[in-house]
Amino acid sequence: MDSRRASRMVIDPKVRQVGFVTPSTGTPTPNRTQSGPARSASPSESSPAGNSLPPVTIPPRRHASDNLTSQAVPVPVPMSPLRRLSINENIPIGSYESSEYLLGASPMTSPSIKFDDGEVSEDMFSPGKFSRVNSSGMQSKNYPGASSLITVSAVNKPAGVSEKGGGLSELQNEQLTNSKSLKEKTSKAERRALQEAQRAAKAAAKGEGSNPVVSGGPAPSKAKTTKAVNNPPQRKDAVPSVISEKRGSDRQTEKDRKKDVPHPRMQFDDKQRVEKAKRRAVVKQTEARNRVELFRHLPQYEHGTQLPNLESKFFQLDPMHPAVYKVGLRYLTGDICGGNARCIAMLQAFKESIIDYSTPPEKSLGRDLTAKIGSYVSFMNECRPLSISMGNAIRFLKNRIAKLPPTLPESEAKAALQTDIDRFINEKIILADKVIVEHAVTKIRDGDVLLTHGSSSVVEMILLYAHELGKQFRVVIVDSRPKLDGQALLRRLLAKGLSCTYTHINAISYIMHEVTRVFLGASAVLSNGTVYSRVGTACVCMVAYAFHIPVLICCEAYKFHERVQLDSICSNELGDPDIISKVLGREDVNHLAEWSSTENLQLLNLIYDVTPSDYVSMIITDYGMVPPTSVPVIVREYMKEPLWM
Amino acid sequence: MWRRSASFILDQQQQQKEERKKTTTTTTTTTAMATTTETSSYQNPNNNNNNIHHPNNISAYYQTRAAHHGVVTSDWLAQAQAAVGHDVYDDDADHVVRSSADHHHHPFSVIDEFNRWRKQPDLAEAVAAILALASVIRSSQATTMMELEIELKKASDSLKSWDTTSISLTAGCDLFMRYVTRTSALEYEDFSAAKSRLIERGEKFGEISRKARRTIAMLSQDFIFDGCTILVHGFSRVVLEVLKTAAANKKLFRVLCTEGRPDRTGLRLSNELAKLDVPVKLLIDSAVAYTMDEVDMVFVGADGVVESGGIINMMGTYQIALVAHSMNKPVYVAAESYKFARLYPLDQKDLAPALRPIDFGVPIPSGVEVETSARDYTPPQYLTLLFTDLGVLTPSVVSDELIRLYL
Repeated sequence: MDSRRASRMVIDPKVRQVGFVTPSTGTPTPNRTQSGPARSASPSESSPAGNSLPPVTIPPRRHASDNLTSQAVPVPVPMSPLRRLSINENIPIGSYESSEYLLGASPMTSPSIKFDDGEVSEDMFSPGKFSRVNSSGMQSKNYPGASSLITVSAVNKPAGVSEKGGGLSELQNEQLTNSKSLKEKTSKAERRALQEAQRAAKAAAKGEGSNPVVSGGPAPSKAKTTKAVNNPPQRKDAVPSVISEKRGSDRQTEKDRKKDVPHPRMQFDDKQRVEKAKRRAVVKQTEARNRVELFRHLPQYEHGTQLPNLESKFFQLDPMHPAVYKVGLRYLTGDICGGNARCIAMLQAFKESIIDYSTPPEKSLGRDLTAKIGSYVSFMNECRPLSISMGNAIRFLKNRIAKLPPTLPESEAKAALQTDIDRFINEKIILADKVIVEHAVTKIRDGDVLLTHGSSSVVEMILLYAHELGKQFRVVIVDSRPKLDGQALLRRLLAKGLSCTYTHINAISYIMHEVTRVFLGASAVLSNGTVYSRVGTACVCMVAYAFHIPVLICCEAYKFHERVQLDSICSNELGDPDIISKVLGREDVNHLAEWSSTENLQLLNLIYDVTPSDYVSMIITDYGMVPPTSVPVIVREYMKEPLWM
Repeated sequence: MWRRSASFILDQQQQQKEERKKTTTTTTTTTAMATTTETSSYQNPNNNNNNIHHPNNISAYYQTRAAHHGVVTSDWLAQAQAAVGHDVYDDDADHVVRSSADHHHHPFSVIDEFNRWRKQPDLAEAVAAILALASVIRSSQATTMMELEIELKKASDSLKSWDTTSISLTAGCDLFMRYVTRTSALEYEDFSAAKSRLIERGEKFGEISRKARRTIAMLSQDFIFDGCTILVHGFSRVVLEVLKTAAANKKLFRVLCTEGRPDRTGLRLSNELAKLDVPVKLLIDSAVAYTMDEVDMVFVGADGVVESGGIINMMGTYQIALVAHSMNKPVYVAAESYKFARLYPLDQKDLAPALRPIDFGVPIPSGVEVETSARDYTPPQYLTLLFTDLGVLTPSVVSDELIRLYL
């Protein structure tokens, strides 16, 4: 028997217990790798059915070096004076169905943004936090723990900026002498550095294990405790940078900077890396308190604290192109949502910035532009974690930049990149959607009842097109809190004259028996056929599966990714927990009003979830209708060539 | 005129049908015409149910199958040859009168060529189409690549429209087009060289398709062990080939044949197997679950293999697969790769229905509907392995192969 296919029948909806539980204050986090839910569940309790999944295991803590290996993103480079700073010019963002997705106005006029002077200054001068004060274009930095920041300071320093702090320079001298000796007999020194690094890693692991996890902003004392641990590997890191400083070349510093840039999927329970990332972050986010234990590796911030701060920087921030900045802010406020809209907005912003780009003297366009795009990307990542589709688009763009012949004149290179971006948007998103719609419509028959969840742009197009073709069908829109974006879809469909039913996900099992097809969008499809989509999708799919109703996932092929994900825990996005604590339209019902001050309560607002491929009947992509098992073929055959075209 | 249409057997059947026809409606259309009118009614299965149940809307595919699967005798062949030899095509304007003697005085017609190949009872419809298309290239008068491609396209379209209900015919034509025209070398060569390359590829494809059955039979031998009991459903030439080869290899096995109502294809298969001295037992179609516990494996053919990895096959395959699955018996499908179709049915009704008459032996009361659909869709999760000429595949590989071929 073929076990893979046959196993479909046996699979039950996976029993998963999410740890909505407080860690007892003494318990260290990493000890909980085996037991699954933190509540020390007895075996019978944790596996209610015989065929349920083994308890969730937390992925092993990533060592710092893991993050360095993949996708090093470079860092802002001193801006060229030629760049225009006219933010008043109208930047077209997200022309793709803009009326639907780019709700509200630009962030400048958005009512949710207030310039709060007090808050900004407080944030800027709060102790123990890296702050960047922009005074007359020059950047000066205050570092709380100077010794641990050697690399950063050596790296981050734009030309002509003086270092502050005496201790810092002293330490640097020490490092210089160190590096000299290292130069003479590298092999021995290297060995020593390696040993030290290993020892330090051990010590760090031990230290972290014994420390209770403290959430919130890092206290100065905290920085000191980690300093000792941090030092040896830092020294290793520092060596090349110091050497390069002596040489006066930019190349090595660049490399080092790349090392420092946070990995897009950084593990946020890794405190060292979080600290590091925070120091270089443009967006200052205060971390949310009372975070759910199981999801500590994901970033979660207090919502609404960053905007005023960022807004104030709009006119000053050097390395960021205004178009990019604008898009970033709109991500932050949630003005742009939906995978395609976000991706298109990002690409348009990059296009703007490429138009305004000019290569600084003695630099090559290929390298410098890649670094610049990298800095934009990390900024956007700070505003809102990048989606997989955006990652693919960025990969595409960087590949195009890398493939540019170095002899090409700058203007031509820029023009080529702009057409590349336009082509990506046209072929991979807009045309792909058209093809998907063509395919999907063949699966809609007269008399069908189609169910959709949330609001997917492709599904909307499919429904509208099928209606245009005169097919007689009914739509059930299943919505879920807190976003309720199905309402917007409902409104648009009703305006076109479709007959709709609107319900919440709570009623899914009731409504499912009258449904004949389930059409869903996806944020990404991973190479084991897993569908990564809006939270609630898995629920809808499983109910449909139980009712033997085919589930059709509509997803453009640029959202496919070769990664494999088995649960929604490892990689996900956390939304604002405050939103789910409120009851819509009932101000008087406020049982959770003071939830953040309650020690033993955490709220979890997950944005995405993962649907195993067993529950998916078909994936409709621009390459046709394929079973979920064929996703790796498409990834392998059409995406190994990163050009994709 | 219809008495002289393509296949002699078709006429015979029609005749028989006419005899037992109770209704007065006698539309004497040729089968080709029948299929074209049928296709228009397929567009909307939900709307015109009454149209579908019309006794005349019979899938040409199933008629041909019936013809080929009949126990063939030499005098039957001679008769058929004689009947088709001087047949006159006049159902459509562009179908040219073809005398079997000389090709060159008359324009070439794919359909004729196809029918010529199709007369060989051992040749599958799709292979006949492939061979016909290959000869289109050979006899083409085109002078440019584009012209040739358009000609080929037209030919394959006319073949496909000849019988829209046949999945393997459509799939075979599409695959041929893909296989033949998708070579990168074409752009650089001069026309005659490119054409000869096309001919070469076309013939190679025809050769592969011809040998497919043999290949499958060889591949499947490892799965048939001594003392096993095999349940087969319907009459599949591939399955017969597999069992023949196994018998020739001195394997000891027993075959349970389902009856295969309404066209009794199981009876034919049991007849063939009995000739090979293979122990056969006949079951009525409803005895499948009853006998499943003594079955070691289920062997079925396929009309078409769809993108999900499921198969479309004679009515009853799905329920056999379900029973086998619930009793943990492996279900093996033997299907040539030219049956791989770019279809993706989501459920049973998501197919263009192929209809055939069902003889219940007694008059059916008026107002009682009859399900005349001839085939069903078996989803991939109920299949264990597919034996194809590309190798022994799990159902999910079908889609991989299709993607590789078509994109």
